Amino acid sequence: MSHMRQKVRSQRSDVVFNIILYTVCALLLLIILYPLWFIVIASFSDPSAVASGHVWLLPVGFTFDGYEELLKQANVWVGYKNTIIYTLVGTFIALAVNIPAAYALSRKDLWGRKILMGLFVFTMFFSGGLIPTFLTVQEVGLYNSFWVMVLPFSVSAYNMIVARTFFMNSLPGELWDAAQVDGCGNLRFFFTMALPLSKAVISVIALWTAVGQWNSYFNALIYIRDAELYPLQLIMRNILITNQSFAALGTGEAAIIAMRKASLVRYSMIIVSTVPIMCVYPFIQKHFDQGVMIGSVKG
Amino acid sequence: MKPSLQRVGRQIGHNWGLYLLLLPSLILLIIFSYKPMYGVVIAFKDYKNSLGIMGSPWADPLFKHFSRFFNSFQCGTTIRNTLALSLYSLLVGFPIPIILALMINQISAKRFRKGFQTVLYLPHFISTVVMVGLLLIWLSPSRGLLGAIYGLFGKTAPNIMGEASAFRSIYVWSDIWQHAGWDSIVYLAALSSIDPTLYEAAVVDGATRWQKQIYIDLPLLLPTACILLILRVGGIMNVGFEKVFLMQNSLNQTTSEVIATYVYKMGLKNNQYSVSTAVNLFNNVINFALLVLVNGITKKLGDTSLW
Repeated sequence: MSHMRQKVRSQRSDVVFNIILYTVCALLLLIILYPLWFIVIASFSDPSAVASGHVWLLPVGFTFDGYEELLKQANVWVGYKNTIIYTLVGTFIALAVNIPAAYALSRKDLWGRKILMGLFVFTMFFSGGLIPTFLTVQEVGLYNSFWVMVLPFSVSAYNMIVARTFFMNSLPGELWDAAQVDGCGNLRFFFTMALPLSKAVISVIALWTAVGQWNSYFNALIYIRDAELYPLQLIMRNILITNQSFAALGTGEAAIIAMRKASLVRYSMIIVSTVPIMCVYPFIQKHFDQGVMIGSVKG
Repeated sequence: MKPSLQRVGRQIGHNWGLYLLLLPSLILLIIFSYKPMYGVVIAFKDYKNSLGIMGSPWADPLFKHFSRFFNSFQCGTTIRNTLALSLYSLLVGFPIPIILALMINQISAKRFRKGFQTVLYLPHFISTVVMVGLLLIWLSPSRGLLGAIYGLFGKTAPNIMGEASAFRSIYVWSDIWQHAGWDSIVYLAALSSIDPTLYEAAVVDGATRWQKQIYIDLPLLLPTACILLILRVGGIMNVGFEKVFLMQNSLNQTTSEVIATYVYKMGLKNNQYSVSTAVNLFNNVINFALLVLVNGITKKLGDTSLW
């Protein structure tokens, strides 16, 4: 009897628990999705309706003006092109640099492994700082060049540790022993055995690097002077945040229309720059989670 | 038996391929990470572009640029702002991902759980530039959400992006909005590795779901939490410079001027390379010392350690 009562009580507390849980979840979903949805509908709405607070759930006065205006901005598309190139080349270089190093450092028979590893890890916690790095880039002759966006900072100790952990956990030592008996050298083993077996970790690091490249603006701000080399994010900073292109507006009716148009361009710009990553992301989410898990296993 | 030089030589020779694989990353590391570390000597010199790092004369007294910073009025403000911002960040940003992970772990409807996670991670992929752009739009008094909400009540919204007192909260809570979901992944991974027999035993003992979370889940998250805490405390002097820089305007400078933005301004805007590097170095050394300290403490208390 008392057992029964206990069971009923625990079921009731379960229901209460679930109600609270799912309410909080629903609230969180709203908090995350609504502000984003607002930008989407605002980008298709009549800017004066947005300004007067009439846009809440669906676009009001449906229009493509913002996107048409955006199409006319040549510098935006140059930036878009640059960003795509930086992302592709930068990701390739990051892989070419980090993955082989990770493999080498995963091998226990590598003499000096501890010191070499320490050399990498130390850079995670200490750096020369802004100006010394800036001077170095200048000295090497990479300032204001294509390469500064993809080469100097491609070594990532963190990504390397993730890949190294993966190699250590998933490449059995016997594989290398057997390959050696067959007269296979280190390089051939790496390219023909280790690489094909580690697609999972390679794709994770590729994705991390690509997202980072796509979203970064700061290196360009410091190291790039020519507008033709600007990545999309830097151009967006000028339009979204420092308002450069809309500075000279004058006053009166025309100015108000121009200002409204400018905010419309901003909404559509956010959509155009963010949609590629947002679209790809749900499909690759599995890989991302996987990567964090690989990384969380301490090496 | 000590390895003789010959044996070491043979081992290196045998594995020459591995060193070749390491070479590209080592070269980049030495040029772009370690060479700048040597470059910090300009903090102790009167750097002149024409003379270079080696040729520039030593500062007299040696700590001239440091003492200039410590005696300037920006010193107190920037240090205070940096610490306030990152402590606030830590206080809010550290526990929330843990709570989120515990919550997600309780969702039993599989489909919903997956969709929920996808949405929660989504904002993480928004770039810093777009994030600050979004804040400017949402919080704009004339257009955008805040203005519209105030408008509903017939009031005019304040320009809170231009208010120094609101800067820290906007910074911290927008960061939570953007990254808390993503940061919970690590904890979820730890939770998924919990031995299910523990729960079964707890059920036999009549534990409720709350109790299971508090007595099983939470303690088992502790090691992961410790490591992340070490990393965060070690980075306490490193606020998210890229975001602060974008959020900064002439109106909120009294709270938004942090060490990193000051380093940037002194260095690249005012071309005072030596002063900028001195401030930067001071910041990095404190940071590193904190990391070592916290790591030491947690090592003493438990057995979690970074190295």
